[in-house]
Amino acid sequence: MLTAIVFLPLLGCLVAGLLGRVVGHRGAEVITSTFLVIAAALSWIVFMQVGLGEKVHHPAIVLFPWIESGTLDVQWSLRLDTLTAVMLVVVTTVSSLVHVYSIGYMHHDPHRARFFAYLSLFTFAMLMLVTADNLVQLFFGWEGVGLASYLLIGFWYKKPSANAAAIKAFIVNRVGDFGFALGIFAVFVMFGTVEFDTIFANAASAEHTTIHFLWREWDAMTVICLLLFMGAMGKSAQFLLHTWLPDAMEGPTPVSALIHAATMVTAGVFMVARLSPLFELSHTALTVVTLVGAITAFFAASVGLVQNDIKRVIAYSTCSQLGYMFVALGVGAYGVGIFHLFTHAFFKALLFLGAGSVIHAVSDEQDMRRMGGLWRLIPKTYAMMLIGTLALTGFPLTAGYFSKDAIVEAAFAGENAAAGFAFAMTVIAAVFTSFYSWRLVFMTFHGRPRASQETMSHVHESPLVMLVPLFVLAAGALLAGFVFKDYFIGHDHEHFWHGAVFMAEGNEIMEALHHVPAWVIYSPMVAMILGFVMSYIFYIAKPSLPGSLAARHELLYRFLLNKWYFDEIYDVLFVRPAKWLGRFLWKRGDGMVIDGFGPDGIAARVADVTARVVRLQSGYLYHYAFAMLIGVAALITWYMFAGSAH
Amino acid sequence: MSGWPILSVITFLPLVGAVFVALIRGDDEVARRNARFVALWATLITFALSLLIWVYFDPASKDFQFVEEMPWLGGAIAYRMGVDGISMLFVILTTFLMPFCILASWVSVTSRVKEYIIAFLVLETLMIGVFCALDLVLFYLFFEGGLIPMFLIIGVWGGKRRVYASYKFFLYTLLGSVLMLVAMMAMYWEAGTTNIVELLDHGFPAGMQTWLWLAFFASFAVKMPMWPVHTWLPDAHVEAPTAGSVILAAILLKMGGYGFLRFSLPMFPLASDMFAPLVFSLSVIAIIYTSLVAMMQEDIKKLIAYSSVAHMGFVTMGIFTGTMQGIHGGLFQMLSHGIVSGALFLCVGVVYDRMHTREIAAYGGLVNRMPLYAAAFMVFTMANVGLPGTSGFVGEFLTLLAAFEANTWVAFFATFGVILSAGYALWLYRRVIFGELDKDSLKAILDVDRREIAILAPLVLLTILFGVYPGPILDVTAVSVEHLAQGYQDALAAAQAAVQTAAVAAQ
Repeated sequence: MLTAIVFLPLLGCLVAGLLGRVVGHRGAEVITSTFLVIAAALSWIVFMQVGLGEKVHHPAIVLFPWIESGTLDVQWSLRLDTLTAVMLVVVTTVSSLVHVYSIGYMHHDPHRARFFAYLSLFTFAMLMLVTADNLVQLFFGWEGVGLASYLLIGFWYKKPSANAAAIKAFIVNRVGDFGFALGIFAVFVMFGTVEFDTIFANAASAEHTTIHFLWREWDAMTVICLLLFMGAMGKSAQFLLHTWLPDAMEGPTPVSALIHAATMVTAGVFMVARLSPLFELSHTALTVVTLVGAITAFFAASVGLVQNDIKRVIAYSTCSQLGYMFVALGVGAYGVGIFHLFTHAFFKALLFLGAGSVIHAVSDEQDMRRMGGLWRLIPKTYAMMLIGTLALTGFPLTAGYFSKDAIVEAAFAGENAAAGFAFAMTVIAAVFTSFYSWRLVFMTFHGRPRASQETMSHVHESPLVMLVPLFVLAAGALLAGFVFKDYFIGHDHEHFWHGAVFMAEGNEIMEALHHVPAWVIYSPMVAMILGFVMSYIFYIAKPSLPGSLAARHELLYRFLLNKWYFDEIYDVLFVRPAKWLGRFLWKRGDGMVIDGFGPDGIAARVADVTARVVRLQSGYLYHYAFAMLIGVAALITWYMFAGSAH
Repeated sequence: MSGWPILSVITFLPLVGAVFVALIRGDDEVARRNARFVALWATLITFALSLLIWVYFDPASKDFQFVEEMPWLGGAIAYRMGVDGISMLFVILTTFLMPFCILASWVSVTSRVKEYIIAFLVLETLMIGVFCALDLVLFYLFFEGGLIPMFLIIGVWGGKRRVYASYKFFLYTLLGSVLMLVAMMAMYWEAGTTNIVELLDHGFPAGMQTWLWLAFFASFAVKMPMWPVHTWLPDAHVEAPTAGSVILAAILLKMGGYGFLRFSLPMFPLASDMFAPLVFSLSVIAIIYTSLVAMMQEDIKKLIAYSSVAHMGFVTMGIFTGTMQGIHGGLFQMLSHGIVSGALFLCVGVVYDRMHTREIAAYGGLVNRMPLYAAAFMVFTMANVGLPGTSGFVGEFLTLLAAFEANTWVAFFATFGVILSAGYALWLYRRVIFGELDKDSLKAILDVDRREIAILAPLVLLTILFGVYPGPILDVTAVSVEHLAQGYQDALAAAQAAVQTAAVAAQ
């Protein structure tokens, strides 16, 4: 069954990609979507069996060998435990809904078959990632989703901005992979294997050992975890490696929902949870994870406050929510982190697909300054967006309420050095989250219409094929937290996880987070209300306020609007120097130094001498052959003399 | 399977084809067509026969197989042929790629077709000979002889600056060959034989190893090419016709790496160990330096040529770790690069035949009119980037893994290549393939035809197959590689022990 779940999307991809011309656009849509729906149904069955059912050990399904060389033995194999099952459900559910939604959203596009092939390819790679039984296969899935993301961001290849964004996404991710790859090598040196079970079994004995890396000896676990975490930072768009995610919004909106909100960007979170037996052994690494998560949660939310592109607001929100997840992982509450991953997938995919429905309605406009007053015209989309917003801001009893509040509580109860900071950041970020989420709703749906008369006259509710996925996701956004909280983070969590995430001896965070002071429990709620009220004042009660405030704090406003100037800084620090260096090494290094003193210099001397003797064109070849013949002749002659001497 | 000399048959069959082509009279269209078909059949039959080697090869044996020996040049110099797990696949890579080269030149070469085809067939004989020869003199003959047809191909059918390119080629290789020849003489003087099999078991004294190693290094480093003796390659590639570039990148460069595996590492282990830091430094510089240079190129072929130098950096780095994974990875990387870089040059050839320019700026938006071409190019680009699931990943991964065990600094810097390769490869792809098709000259460009599909499709399949299931290559080479790595480690350990005994004795 697991094999079917993983390979159905690949089959769909091949059919749509290779036989696209035979089956036609309609055929490609129907086939890939059907396969995905089947995979999703199977995933839920697996989830019920593995997560909620009786606990049995599922041995990994070995498919066939991959890389075997000496002591290195890498197999293609599929692993199944609760963590995998949770991810299967998230990936296939969102993916199947996005497939169906795309039938409506992309129906004007002349390259639909290719689009569906890419979507299915992505799903396959993501499933390989979550079912990986060793680090190298994880890396395969990791890069595979990177490839699919690159192809889908650049799907509209005629747009230069889309092409630039696609390359940026791939390369920034590669920077993270740089660390990931080194981490895999370090694991292999340390444990002599890349297979999870063996690594985990030997992890405890590797605690307090050292590894030589670059100029000195380090604590082995810290080095390994930090290197691997660098990969996670790239994929999950954490602070410093986040710059690609907002640009990735150049891709079609269903792609943003699937890849850049619900699944791929959470791969980093998944990876840390999967490797929890290693991270648990390094206090330093966990502190770094907490710190990076907290900074990202705050930073991305602060940028989200002032963005005007509807998709970019949600993108920064995603970035910020991923930071929350890392905070939970960093304080050792892996179950909580994955729970937020689970609920976030529903409401964030809902928000993106809702935004897609809005964009669809207003003739591909994405700037919220040219929207407004849409709620009467597209009430169903409006309702769905409201549900998504409530869940994101953590309105009581919605999905976000359970998972996000648990993270804030875990941060408070956490014991590492960054936990206090993380608690403060997550609460402040919660205010921001509420503010920008409601700002989005108010600017898009309320107030007076700012779009042109013509656009307004065309505004229409999306077709059913787009609305039904929204309804399903909305149901998830409302119920996922309430239904599953006991399993993921409540009293059933030990039975539910069954060792799929590892908690070291003495890690009592899952217990401690239920016993925090009352003011901590209420703080996210207060933050949410505060954000809502401010947003209401700014965009409904006194719409002139934002403008005057921005004018008064021009510097701060520009700083936020320009995303803390990260793109500009990176351009100056990395992109330009690399180009300059490349040109310098080419023209000066190769051109002047090596060739100048080497062949060209010698050639010039040789030419001086031979120019008068030999005709230029035939000379070199002839000379060369001649030199070789002389060489062979000399060797043979000499050999014969030497031979006769013996 | 014994009885008939399969290696000699494969080696000299193309030469027979060349004789047939030479006998074709006239220079009209019919004669050209006949010449092309003779060549295609000669290379196809050679390839089919060479597959028999793979079939009958015993992967469990570390010894040379299909060995042939005949007295030659009166006495100890003999005509000796044979393959082991290291050389066997290079033979097959060569025979595999030749039919593609002939097909790729089908319409693009119109002047002196007969001579062109003869040059290619002779070149094939000499290249196969290099990988089969088990005698120093024979090896030297094939090794250096192969350059002559290559010169002709660049010099006669090449581009505008072909004379300059061959000039450079000549100067670079001359010094290396002379030194290698001297070293071979010295080896005979020391060991009393030119038989490679015996030389492999002959322990050269440590002091002598140093000089021999340096002399061989001079030749192989140029061939590889390693930084800083790489500058002939971009020029040679740019000027060579498509098929010439394919052979250059896919086979001729591999002779350097093969030389390291056949001579430097097993015969001079102490010197290899001593110079390993030097090789590591040059490899790492090559990876970073040439990747940066590749990024800024304006000529498609030059860009791919520079990326080849970077990829060969991974090979030398892996080989000189002297470990199982390193050597295995280096070997795999060479074979994979043979397929991928060959395919990339064939891809360039496809658009060059249509537009007669290699300027990146002259292209853009090709995907609009050439979707199939864009898809194939994407696969090879990703293999060039080293994406897992393509053959490019396996070699890169194994060599980096081995480097990390040997020295983390080396691995640290070499891994930057992973980022930079994505930079130049994707940027090239974007500038050539993506975007709006707004250049008038490109408006009527046609997608790949049937002949071109026949060329590119098998390469696409192999790139993905060996990326997902590299077993066929890794398994068949494993025993020989393990033997090589083990011998290398044993020699180092023995030398270490000798030093310690001497130290103890001195006390």
